[in-house]
Amino acid sequence: MDHTETLLDIQDLRVEFPISIGTVRAVQGVSLTLKRGEVMGLVGESGCGKSTLGFSLLRLLRPPGRIASGRILYHGRDIVAMEEKELLAVRGTGIAMIFQDPLTSLNPLMSISEHFVETLRTHEKGISRHDALERAGGMLESLGIGTNRLHEYPHQMSGGMRQRIMIGLALIMKPDLLVADEPTTALDVIVEAQFLDLLQTLRESLNLAIILITHNLGNVAQLSDRITVMYGGTIAEVAPAQALFDEPLHPYTQGLLASIPNIRLEQPRLHTMPGSTPDLVDPPSGCIFHPRCGRAMDICSRQRPPAFLRNGHEVSCWLYGDAP
Amino acid sequence: MKNLFRYILTRTLMTIPMVLILLTIIFVVLRLMPGDPVSAMLGGHAPEKVIEQKREQLGLNRPMHVQYADYIWKVCHMDLGESMVLQQEVTVAIAEKLPATIELTAFGMLITLVIGVLLGAYAADKRRTIRDSAIRLYGIVVYCIPVYWLGLMLQLVFGIWLDWLPIAGRTGPRIFASDFQNTGFYLVDTLLVRDWEAFRDVLIHLVLPSFTLGLTLSGIFVRLTRANMLDVLKADYILAAESRGIPHGRIVYRHALMNAFIPILTMMGLQVALLMAGAILTETTFSWPGMGRLLLERIYLRDYPTIQGVIIVFALMVAFISLLVDIIYAIVDPRIRY
Repeated sequence: MDHTETLLDIQDLRVEFPISIGTVRAVQGVSLTLKRGEVMGLVGESGCGKSTLGFSLLRLLRPPGRIASGRILYHGRDIVAMEEKELLAVRGTGIAMIFQDPLTSLNPLMSISEHFVETLRTHEKGISRHDALERAGGMLESLGIGTNRLHEYPHQMSGGMRQRIMIGLALIMKPDLLVADEPTTALDVIVEAQFLDLLQTLRESLNLAIILITHNLGNVAQLSDRITVMYGGTIAEVAPAQALFDEPLHPYTQGLLASIPNIRLEQPRLHTMPGSTPDLVDPPSGCIFHPRCGRAMDICSRQRPPAFLRNGHEVSCWLYGDAP
Repeated sequence: MKNLFRYILTRTLMTIPMVLILLTIIFVVLRLMPGDPVSAMLGGHAPEKVIEQKREQLGLNRPMHVQYADYIWKVCHMDLGESMVLQQEVTVAIAEKLPATIELTAFGMLITLVIGVLLGAYAADKRRTIRDSAIRLYGIVVYCIPVYWLGLMLQLVFGIWLDWLPIAGRTGPRIFASDFQNTGFYLVDTLLVRDWEAFRDVLIHLVLPSFTLGLTLSGIFVRLTRANMLDVLKADYILAAESRGIPHGRIVYRHALMNAFIPILTMMGLQVALLMAGAILTETTFSWPGMGRLLLERIYLRDYPTIQGVIIVFALMVAFISLLVDIIYAIVDPRIRY
């Protein structure tokens, strides 16, 4: 792969949460790359480690969570090993993040303008208040919010508006990667659609790479170039969006797609996957999915499958390759 | 804004019945207490006739409801009456002592807030470390220590052993009274005449009393601030601010502390009464010529009007500060509208 094109290169990342009864291995050896301007959908059920992965990209894990090993190369620099000062610069100007709940993501005691001015002044020493306000106003306008709202407080705005403000704050320093952690979960369907449109527009106009973390496969299908499916802290399958929907290879991906309700099919009951999410304190041996997998073989319980290349998919399943 | 004024007006009007009720209780309790100003003044051995004459002179021989009505009537006309033991208007006595108490309590509150809130915020930031535990221990210990004991210990250590600071009074002997004729607030007075020597002297006399008062109350603020900060630090907007690269110190001491401060404000309003109570003990320990000592002296002398007057002023101060706290609320929190 052309190195200059690679924006983010995650290598064998492991994230742990030491708790009283043991250690939760939330992310167990994830490797992933992202190109400039690429949109990556990150899907999986609750607790599969997708949000944890997203948070570790900016080292925002809440204690006791910590990155146990691995590297996160952003423009070739390892975020895991970064000094505080460099990390703060990446957080503001390189990688931005937006969160699930826009209603609680803004400081209730600060006006919208103060949020912008603070962010701008943190990263551009010496920018005047006037210039900062001007930039903030411009940003609001491009997001379809009148500049007259700049001096209002978060509680005076609707949920959709607040999520757009979060986007504005995230993008004001022109980062090249946006990590969106279930950004539409708290929004209603119409606002959600508008918001996804906005993301699409921004992505095109700013050549912004996006990691879209969601459990809503519909969202990712619409927006993503590639989709990563996670299960139990590991990557099950990575494939171009269309290919993943047309021909899911990993049994878990197949199950996930089958459990999307389809109004055109006459299904007596919705498809559900047997079993429950894996215990990440004491994960199953071999392939983490094997206890729930209908096609499990001998080797599955003994050895963790590596990623096999098949039809443009990277799939971690023994059905698609043999042990080396 | 109009609503805020209406709110202030309502609150101010509400203090009137509050003061009246308080006054009634004090009035009755004082007269139920054994002894009266006459026996306190003349002692137990004065002839019947003299006692009777004195009681008549002070109006104490009238039925209690008549005395009460008479007193309330006067209070309504802003007249707190005359002391029963000295030839002195009660308002004059209070005006003379009030600045000393305000100086003491203001500095005490300042010390409480600075030490209590900052330590609490720091402990929350460093939660579950040895420093956090040390600060929490400080909070409990200080909360349990009686004001006067702490005062005595500080006097012993800093006044006697180390001999750094004066242990009694508002000024040293060198300072002339002519400096103090403007406001009664010695810090302000000495500044007005630019007498730096005197200013310094007044300031160092303030140190031990205000620290005594401030430290005792700081314990509860340490615990309250820490608890609130722990909640606030979990909030999404803290994480969001971190994700924007805002430095950690600014997040803790601005974003988080600002939000944690709102319940602390409530507590401040509630603690003012305790502050006043603490001031009475502190003033006694440090021979501080303020309202607290005035109150205590006049209780011994059963000087009914002065005691009542002091209580009214204390009540008004508490009411005023809690009103002030409510107004600060509206300024700090944009979500609050009156």
